[in-house]
Amino acid sequence: MANATIASPTATTISGRRYGSMSRDRKWALRWSYFFLVLFAIFFLTPPIYMFITSLKTSAEISAESNPWWVYSPTLANYIELLTQNTYLTFFRNSAIVAVLTVIITMAISVIAAFALARMKFWGSATLATGVFLTYLIPETLLFIPLFKMFAWVNETFDIQLMNHWWTLIILYPTLTVPFCTWIMIGYFASIPKELDEAALIDGATWIQTLTKIFIPVALPGIIAATIFCFTVAWAQFLYPLAFTTSTTELVLPVGIVTTLIKGDVFNWGQIMTGALLGAAPPLIIYAFLMDYYIAGLTAGATKG
Amino acid sequence: MAQVTLRKVVKMYDEVQAVRGIDLDITDKEFIVLVGPSGCGKSTTLRMIAGLEEISGGDIAIGGDVVNDVPPKDRDIAMVFQNYALYPHMNVYENMSFGLKLKRTPKEEIDKRVKQAAQILDITELLDRKPKQLSGGQRQRVAMGRAIVRDPKVFLFDEPLSNLDAKLRVQMRTEIKKVHQKVRTTTVYVTHDQVEAMTLADRVVVMNAGLIEQVGSPNDLYHSPTTKFVAGFIGSPAMNFIPCQLEQAAGVLRVRLSDTLSFPVPADRTARYTPQVGKANLILGLRPEHITETRPHVEPNQHDFENPIDVVEPMGMETLVYFTIAGSEVCGRVNPNAGATAEKPMKLRADLSNMHLIDDSTGKVL
Repeated sequence: MANATIASPTATTISGRRYGSMSRDRKWALRWSYFFLVLFAIFFLTPPIYMFITSLKTSAEISAESNPWWVYSPTLANYIELLTQNTYLTFFRNSAIVAVLTVIITMAISVIAAFALARMKFWGSATLATGVFLTYLIPETLLFIPLFKMFAWVNETFDIQLMNHWWTLIILYPTLTVPFCTWIMIGYFASIPKELDEAALIDGATWIQTLTKIFIPVALPGIIAATIFCFTVAWAQFLYPLAFTTSTTELVLPVGIVTTLIKGDVFNWGQIMTGALLGAAPPLIIYAFLMDYYIAGLTAGATKG
Repeated sequence: MAQVTLRKVVKMYDEVQAVRGIDLDITDKEFIVLVGPSGCGKSTTLRMIAGLEEISGGDIAIGGDVVNDVPPKDRDIAMVFQNYALYPHMNVYENMSFGLKLKRTPKEEIDKRVKQAAQILDITELLDRKPKQLSGGQRQRVAMGRAIVRDPKVFLFDEPLSNLDAKLRVQMRTEIKKVHQKVRTTTVYVTHDQVEAMTLADRVVVMNAGLIEQVGSPNDLYHSPTTKFVAGFIGSPAMNFIPCQLEQAAGVLRVRLSDTLSFPVPADRTARYTPQVGKANLILGLRPEHITETRPHVEPNQHDFENPIDVVEPMGMETLVYFTIAGSEVCGRVNPNAGATAEKPMKLRADLSNMHLIDDSTGKVL
C-alpha cells in the first residue's frame, strides 16, 4: 500500500472501526440510578404506608391474624376519635405554637448572628463561628440533666417554675436550632460575593440596610432551608418535652401520643398510627410549599457566570 | 472640584506591606489608570480611595478634604467592580436607584437621573430586567449606570473589563472612554492590561511591588520610560532587553551586543552614555518596531546586520520575527513581504535613535 492515496476533501465517510458507545454508558448509569432510587423510595415509604394502612383498621382487625398490608373493613373511627378528643387537639396546638415561635426566635437570632460572624470581621469572630458549630455537636442527651439543675436554680432564685410548661420548650428548642441554623446561614452568607456588600456600602447602606435589603433577599433560599430544618427539629423533638413536661395539658404531639395512647401495656395501635400520621402532615405541607423556593438559585446573576 | 491626593499612603496587612508609601496627585476631571502586575498594590490603592480598606499610614484627600476616617458612603464616590456586584434580586432600575433611594432623593429626581444614565449607556430597554437576564456586557453597563446616577465626585473602576471576552472588552473600553468624555468625572481605573491603560488614560500610573514606578501620559511612558520595569511592562510585544557593553573605539562610542555585533551610539547620546563605558550589568532596550527588515534608504542611526531567524509569527499587517543575540531572545517587526523564514538568516535593520540604556543593577534607564 505504498501508494495509498490521501483521502480527498470530498470524501464523506471515514473508514475505520467504530467502537465505544456514549449512549450505552449513559443508559447503564441511568439504570443503576433508577435501581437505587427505587430501592430508597421503597425503604423510606414503607413505614408511612404501613402507618396509613394500620390507621384505617379497627383494633380488632389489627390484632387479628390477617394480612397486615390489606384493610378488609376500612374505618375512619381512629381519625374521628382523635380529632374529637380534646387532648390530641391540645397536643397539636402546643406543638404548633412551640414550633412556630421556635422558628421565629431561631431565625431572628441566627440570621443576625450569622451576618455578624460572616461579614463583620471583629476580634474573635472566626473562633466564635467555630464555637457556634461546636455547640451543635453536644447532644441533648448530655444537656438535659444540667438543664434540670439550672431550672431548679431559677426556681430557687427567681421563684419562676420552668418545669412542666409547654412554653418552656420555646426557650429550650433554640439551644438546639440556633447553632445549626447560624452555621448554615454563615455558610450561605459567606457565599455571597464580598463586592455585593461593598457596593451597598458605597451606595450608602448601613449594616442593617445591607442585611435587610441585600443579604436577606439574596440568601432567601438558605433562610428557607434553615427555616425548614428548624421547624422539623422543633416539631419532632422528643427528649426535652419528655423530660420537662408531664401534665396532659402541657404535652406536645410526639410525647403526647406516646404517653396518652399507650396505657400500661395496652398499645392503641390504630390511634397511635393515626396520631403520628396526622402529626407528620404539617412538616410535609411546609416542605411541599417551600421546595420550589428552596431549589431556586436566587444568587444567579449576582456576579459573572 | 474633585482632585484626589495621596500622600505617603501605606497599607499593611499584618507584616506585609501591600502599598509602601505612595504619592499621587489626580487633578479634576482627569482619567487616571493604575496599572501593574498582580500583587503590585493597585487594587489596594483604589480600595483605600474608596474607603473599603483602612489606611495604615499617610493621607488621602478627595476634593481637598482628608477622608482617611470618612466611611465610603460619605466620600461621594462610585465604584464599578470586576464582577459587577449587581444586586441579583433587583431589576436594573432598582439596581441603579438603590443608592439614591437610600439618600432619600425625591422620586422624580431618581427617575430623571436613572433614565438619563440609561440613555447615556443605551440600556433604556433593559430597565425592567433582572441581572441574570443580562449578558456580561450589559451587566457591565448597568454597573456603570449605577455609578453614573449618583453623580459622584470620583469614579473608581476595579478591573471592570476583566470578565468580558476579548471583543467585548475592546468595545466596552471605547464605551468607557465615551462616557468619561460625556460626564467628565475624575476617574481612577485599575487594570493589569497595559493596552487598556494606554488607550484610556490621560495619565498612567505604573505600579510595582507596592510602589509607583512612573507616572506619565501614555506616550511618555512608551517613549521615555524611567525604569526597566516600565520599559518592559508598557508595549506589546515587550521591549527587547539585550545585555551589552559600552566601548570607546577609535573615537566612536559603540554598544557591543556580542563578539561580532556592535552598533555606534547615536551622536546626541554620546555625552550622556560616555560615563558608562566599561561598566558591567548594562542592558540595551530596543522596541521590536525598531528592528525591521532592511530598506534601500538608510536614515541616521540605522544599522544593518544579519542574524538567523528562530521563529516567524505572521500577524497580517506585520510579521514578528524572533532571533537570538548572544543568548537573549530578540523580537523584531518586519514587513509581511520581507520574506522572513524560520531557521534561515535574514538581513535586519536596527534603529538606535530610540534606544534605551539600562543599568540592570539599579533598574534605572540611563
